[in-house]
Amino acid sequence: MPLLDVRDLKTYFYTEDGVVRAVDGVTFSIEPEKTLGVVGESGCGKSVTARAIMGLVKSPPGRIESGEILFQRDGRIIDLAKLNPKGEEMRRIRGNEIAMIFQEPMTSLNPVYTIGNQIMEAIILHQHLSKKGAKRKAIDVLESVGIPSPDRRVDEYPHQLSGGMRQRAMIAMALSCRPSLLIADEPTTALDVTIQAQVLDLMNDLRTELKAAIMFITHDLGVIAHMAENVIIMYLGRIVESAPVGEIFDNPRHPYTIGLLNSIPSFTDSREKRLVPIEGIVPDPIGPPRGCGFEPRCPHAKELCKSQIPELKAIVQAHLAACWLYH
Amino acid sequence: MLALSLTRSNDVLSHNVLLEVRNLKKYFPVRKGILKHTVGHVKAVDDIDMYIKTGETLGLVGESGCGKTTTGWTILRMIKPTAGEVIFRSKKMAHSGDEFKEINVAAASRRQLRILRREMQIIFQDPYSSLNPRMTVGKIVGEPLLVHGVTHGSELEDRSRKLLRAVGLKADHMKRYPHEFSGGQRQRIMIARALSLDPQFIVADEPISALDVSIQAQVINLLIDLQKALRLTYLFIAHDLSVVRHISSRVAVMYLGKIVELAETDELFLNPKHPYTEALMSAVPVPNPHYKGSRIRLHGDVPTPLNPPSGCYFHPRCRYAREACKNEIPAYREVDKEHFVMCHFADSLSLQPVWTG
Repeated sequence: MPLLDVRDLKTYFYTEDGVVRAVDGVTFSIEPEKTLGVVGESGCGKSVTARAIMGLVKSPPGRIESGEILFQRDGRIIDLAKLNPKGEEMRRIRGNEIAMIFQEPMTSLNPVYTIGNQIMEAIILHQHLSKKGAKRKAIDVLESVGIPSPDRRVDEYPHQLSGGMRQRAMIAMALSCRPSLLIADEPTTALDVTIQAQVLDLMNDLRTELKAAIMFITHDLGVIAHMAENVIIMYLGRIVESAPVGEIFDNPRHPYTIGLLNSIPSFTDSREKRLVPIEGIVPDPIGPPRGCGFEPRCPHAKELCKSQIPELKAIVQAHLAACWLYH
Repeated sequence: MLALSLTRSNDVLSHNVLLEVRNLKKYFPVRKGILKHTVGHVKAVDDIDMYIKTGETLGLVGESGCGKTTTGWTILRMIKPTAGEVIFRSKKMAHSGDEFKEINVAAASRRQLRILRREMQIIFQDPYSSLNPRMTVGKIVGEPLLVHGVTHGSELEDRSRKLLRAVGLKADHMKRYPHEFSGGQRQRIMIARALSLDPQFIVADEPISALDVSIQAQVINLLIDLQKALRLTYLFIAHDLSVVRHISSRVAVMYLGKIVELAETDELFLNPKHPYTEALMSAVPVPNPHYKGSRIRLHGDVPTPLNPPSGCYFHPRCRYAREACKNEIPAYREVDKEHFVMCHFADSLSLQPVWTG
């Protein structure tokens, strides 16, 4: 039974210029203790999907239109889409059972509270420990994410930490309540490559230790190859391809996935090999194409692609693509 | 004839070099207190030497705060260097009959700088904040031509149109404003503007970092095509090693204000001589699930350039560090033909190359 089962989720934003269908019918699931990579470029709906799961879609202008977000909790199944985002139950789940880390730790850490206080807040709220016990726990989690001299750092403010340390502190905070699902939204994008490597290793270690599932959102295919077991590729609010990580890289099916892989330089390619870019630009999300969203940029587009949206369907077992080439 | 021989005797650069940097330093004072006493210096660029050959791309890589952007800006004298020389072969200042004249950009006069601006240009990282939102694209691209008095009127419009076409935009984009364009298109506008004065040398400062993956390749290909067509020379500043490997003929690696290694691209990636280069390359997540290389993990953060470590700046994070590394700053030396390294043990270490499958 999956830990999280998202079915036909739609999240729209009602702006002055028109309706943005940020997430437009997305179906996927995450098994316990597995990592799902979510890949896509800016505006593809990957972050909004995460926010919808967390009950953090800003309303107005945003709204979950329809669909289900089924979350397994103590053997029961709860539809998060039906919960009041500000209600008691959602608050109990958020932070405690589903935790989230963001790209820029500075925007999610409160600058006027010490690191320790912020971690303790979550622990006290969800685990009913005393203040003293919570502080000891906070030092423990800081140590577990590899922050040196945690007993001193616990009393420091976010600005006193480097970018890599702040991201570690964020991870410590997110994991302090041992969630069963961690949503990581571009957690290493703002970090330097040597620090990114440290943080990715840390996340992999903690996943094994805590037995948490991870929804890992990124635009970086290198990070995905390193972190994920299953991958979904998003474009213009929809999933265009879904497969185990090996399949995505060795046997990509959707023209967008193929285009992405061809457009990045790789150490395994000759330096002289010319990159093959995806032509054109991502369409305006207000008034997107009527048919397949990728049709205007697709080298294989046919008449049918202009008028009808292809469904996400299995091509072979566990490998799904939304493309008329395969239907 | 006389002029030619004179030029030759005054020349200091070898024949294929367009620009040479010698002992370049840029220190920023750090002030504290109400009286703003200088309490120290951030050595953003700390005594570097390098040369760039005509028509090549020199990649400059390193992590944030290593001084790569300051290096680029100092070379162009957008900021004034603390010390050192930047010798540039100016065509526009050449005496009649000569092909070029060597100018020290670091000490150039106002008048010389004005001419040098036409020959040395920059493309910035952020195409969102570097374009004036109140100017049409045609005006943005043509402005340098107008300011430098190169041309005006209908000829100016003509040239602007040609420039836009050269970077893959349409002539009817002339009348539109920057906000109507996507990130990739704005970067094309920036490139067209940089090209407008027909420069020889362009500093590309993280030109694709702000762009979406599918758009990055378009801009990389454009830069490569323009280089071939116009014989441009690039200093390509970036943190993405796979992009740098793809576009550069040679690569320089910076750490805490110093160039720690510089070599021809394949040589650097297949035969690295500095432990930082080795660690940096192995930290790049490879977009291949069958990756079999071993990953080297650097411990700790990059030290602050305000108070760098003693000896070799890299020694606290270096897994090969020995006693000498704590006490003596290693010399920057040529260990192999055109392979420069700043490490005491460059000759004896056997380091791991990049994983090539």
